[in-house]
Amino acid sequence: MSKTKLIVATTSLAGCFGCHMSLLDIDERILELVEVVEFNRSPIDDFKEFTKECDLGLVEGGCCNAENVRVLREFREHCKILVAVGQCAITGGLPAMRNGISMKELLEEAYFNGVTVGNKMIPNDEEIPAILDRVYPCHEIVKIDAFLPGCAPRADLIWEVLNRIIEGKSLDNLTYKNFKYD
Amino acid sequence: MEQNPSLDSQVRQKVVQLTKFYQQDKTQLLAMLREIQSEFRMIPGPAIDYLAEELDIPRIQVEGTASFYHFFSSKNRGRYTVYMNTSATSEMAGAAAVMLAFEKAAGIKFGQTSENQQIGLFTTSCIGMCDQEPAALINDFVFTHLTPARVEEIVKVIKENGSLQSLIKSGEGKNSSALVSAEVKNNIRFKGPVFFTDYAPGEALKVAMESGSLEVIEAIRKSGLRGRGGAGFPTGQKWGSCRATDAESRYVICNVDEGEPGTFKDRVLLTERPELIFEGMIIAGYAIEAKQGIVYLRSEYSYLKKYLEQVLEGLRSQNLLGRRILKSRFSFDIQIKLGAGAYICGEESALIESAEGKRGQPRNRPPFPVVSGYLHQPTIVNNPETFGCAAKIILKGSDWFKKMGTSASSGVKLLSISGDCEKPGIYEVQWGHTVREILGFCGATEVLAVQVGGPSGNFLSEKEFDRKICYSDLSTGGAFTIFSKKRDLFSIIHNHMEFFTKETCGFCVPCRAGNTLLLKQLEKVMIGNGTALDLKKIEELGLLVKKASRCGLGQSSPNPLLTSLKNFPEIYQRVVRQDVDYMSQFNMEFATSDSAKVANRKPNLEIGD
Repeated sequence: MSKTKLIVATTSLAGCFGCHMSLLDIDERILELVEVVEFNRSPIDDFKEFTKECDLGLVEGGCCNAENVRVLREFREHCKILVAVGQCAITGGLPAMRNGISMKELLEEAYFNGVTVGNKMIPNDEEIPAILDRVYPCHEIVKIDAFLPGCAPRADLIWEVLNRIIEGKSLDNLTYKNFKYD
Repeated sequence: MEQNPSLDSQVRQKVVQLTKFYQQDKTQLLAMLREIQSEFRMIPGPAIDYLAEELDIPRIQVEGTASFYHFFSSKNRGRYTVYMNTSATSEMAGAAAVMLAFEKAAGIKFGQTSENQQIGLFTTSCIGMCDQEPAALINDFVFTHLTPARVEEIVKVIKENGSLQSLIKSGEGKNSSALVSAEVKNNIRFKGPVFFTDYAPGEALKVAMESGSLEVIEAIRKSGLRGRGGAGFPTGQKWGSCRATDAESRYVICNVDEGEPGTFKDRVLLTERPELIFEGMIIAGYAIEAKQGIVYLRSEYSYLKKYLEQVLEGLRSQNLLGRRILKSRFSFDIQIKLGAGAYICGEESALIESAEGKRGQPRNRPPFPVVSGYLHQPTIVNNPETFGCAAKIILKGSDWFKKMGTSASSGVKLLSISGDCEKPGIYEVQWGHTVREILGFCGATEVLAVQVGGPSGNFLSEKEFDRKICYSDLSTGGAFTIFSKKRDLFSIIHNHMEFFTKETCGFCVPCRAGNTLLLKQLEKVMIGNGTALDLKKIEELGLLVKKASRCGLGQSSPNPLLTSLKNFPEIYQRVVRQDVDYMSQFNMEFATSDSAKVANRKPNLEIGD
C-alpha cells in the first residue's frame, strides 16, 4: 500500500456512462484500486463538488450544453492530468450526430413532432442548461493531456492507464491489444 | 411530392430517348445525366426514377452517381451557369474582383441561381487554365483572362439570352479551329524532341505492327518509360502484366482527368497533338491485345470533344483505327467518355468506376486494374503524355529515349508552369533540371515558394531550389506553380486544404473527416488563436491522414500543410501564440445563442464558479 493515494475525479458529460461502466469492468481489481486511489468528485462516490485538488480527472462525453462546459472547465482547474475517456469525449461521438442539423429542427423534433410528445412546448426554464450550437469534443474547450480511445475503452486500457499514472510513467506506447477494436 | 405534369412528361420523354440512343448501356449513365443536366439545368427527381427503370439498375445507384459529381445538381443552376475557378492561381490573378463583378452584374451571390433562372453563379476547382487566369466555364465555354469589365459584358449578353460564342475571342493554334473555337492559349514555351516536333500519324504504329506485340512491350520496358501522371509506375511492366492476365477482353484507358491544380499540359497535348496520343493508345492496344480504348476526358475539357471525335474519324479513314487496322487482323477503336467534375476521378480505379457510370470512388487495390479494371477486365490506365512518349519510343527506339534525362528518369517531361513568372505555359524539358534552372527558364524572380506537383506535391523554399525534377528526387505529374515574395502563403495553403475537403470522395474517414479537421486547425492558427500545440496537432493528424487513407488523395492531401510546416516554419511561428500553451476558440455566448432564440429564453452565461 502506497503512502499517498492518487486522487481521482471522474465525470460523465454528454456521455452514456458506458465509460464509467467500463471502469467498473476491472472487476475484482477494484479492490486493488481502492488501495491506491482516492476518489474525489465522481459519481462513484457521489461527491458533487471538488473538495480538494486532484491528480487525475477522467472525463467521459463531450459538451452538448453550458453545464457540461462549466463542469469541464472545473475539472481542468482542479486536475493536474485531464484525460478524455472514450469516443464522445474525444470527438463528440454519438451525440454529435446532431451537429449540422439546425437547432430549430432539433428542438421541434424533440418537443413538438416526436410521437410520444404530449405537452407541446420547448422547455425554457432558466434552470435548464442552455444547449450549445453543436456538440464539442473536450479538447476544443480545455487542454486535454491524454485521450483513451474506444466506445467504451476497455477496462484493461483504463486499468493500464491508471497504473501508469500511479507509477508516474509516460502514457506513450500503451499496450496495443488494449485499444485494438475489431 | 406533386410534380409539374408537363415537366414530368418532358423528363420521361428525354430519358426514354436517351436510354434508347445509348442502347440501355449502364456504363453511359454519366453521359445521359450530362444531357439531362444540360437540358433541364438540373437533374430533376423523376429523371432518376425513370433512368433506374429504363436501365434496370437500383434507383440508389442512379442517385449515387447523380449526387456525386459537382456539375450535376438537384436544383436548377440557371440557363447560363457560371463556374468560376477558385484555385490559388486564379485567386492570385484577381478572381475576387471578377467574382464581385459577377455578383454585382447578376444581382445574386455565388452559390445562387437568379429567380428567373436565367443565370446561376457557382465556383469550381481548377479547370486547367492556370496560365491564363482568372478563368471560368459558362455552359462549357471557357472564358480566360477575365476582368470585371469583361464580366459586365458577358452578363449583359446572358441577360439578353444572347450567344456565348459571340463573346469568345480567337484562341491560339488549334483552339481557333472551327470545332474547338475556344479562346484558350497553348503557351508552348519549350518545344522538345518528343511532343512538339514534326509528326506524321501512323508511322509509329506501322513500326509496332511490323515488330510484334511482345517486342513493343519489351521496347517500352527497355526505354525506362514511367507513368507521366505523377506516380511514375514503369509503363512496360504495366503493359506486360496486363497482357499476361488471361481474359476475354482487355482495355486501354487514357486518363485525361487532369485535375491537379496547376497542371494543364494534357489540355495542350490533346489540342495540338491528339493523333500522337491516340496512336500511343492504339499501339498499347496492339501490345496488350485489346480491342477497345477509352479516353476519359474531364468535363472541364468537354469543349475539345467534337474536335477529338473528328480526329478519331480521321484516323479511322486512314485505316489507323477501327476494324482491321492497316489491313491486319488487329481491330481497335477508341471512344471518348466525359466526366462530370470530380478531382478524385484522376485516381485510376475511381476513373474506371466513373467510366462505368458509377460514383467515382476508388476501389480496393489489389486487384490492380491490370488484373481487374474496366468491367473487371484487365485494363491499362495511362496519362496522355505516357501514350505520346510510347508512340515516339516505338518510332525512334528505346535508346534514343533513354539517352535523354537521367539514368533513372529517362526521356522528357512536360511541365505546366504557372503563377508568378514572366512566361507561364508548357515546357518540354529533359528530366534532371533543378528547380532553380526552371525558374530561370520561365523568368521568375523574387520567388518565395515553388510548389512541385500541385497541392498534393511539395512546397519548396529557396534552400531546396537545387533539388532536381526526376523520379528519385522531385517526382511530379508536371505542375510547377510559383509564388513570389509578395504572396501570402497561408491563403494558398488554405486554398489547397479547402480544395481537398471539397474533393474527397467521402468513402474513408481519415480523408473525409481528417482533411476538414486539418482545415479547421489551420484556420485557428491563421486567425491567431494557434499555439505550439496546434502545430503539433496538425503534424500528427496530417501524418495520420496520409498513413490511413485509402487512396492517393488522402495519402497526399496533408502535403500543403506538412511541407510548408517543414520548409516555412517561420510563417507559422510568426502567428502562433507564444504566451500560452493552449487556446480554446469556444465562445459561450455564440454557442448558446441559437438554442436561446428557439426556446425564447435568455441563456445563462454566468457559468464557472
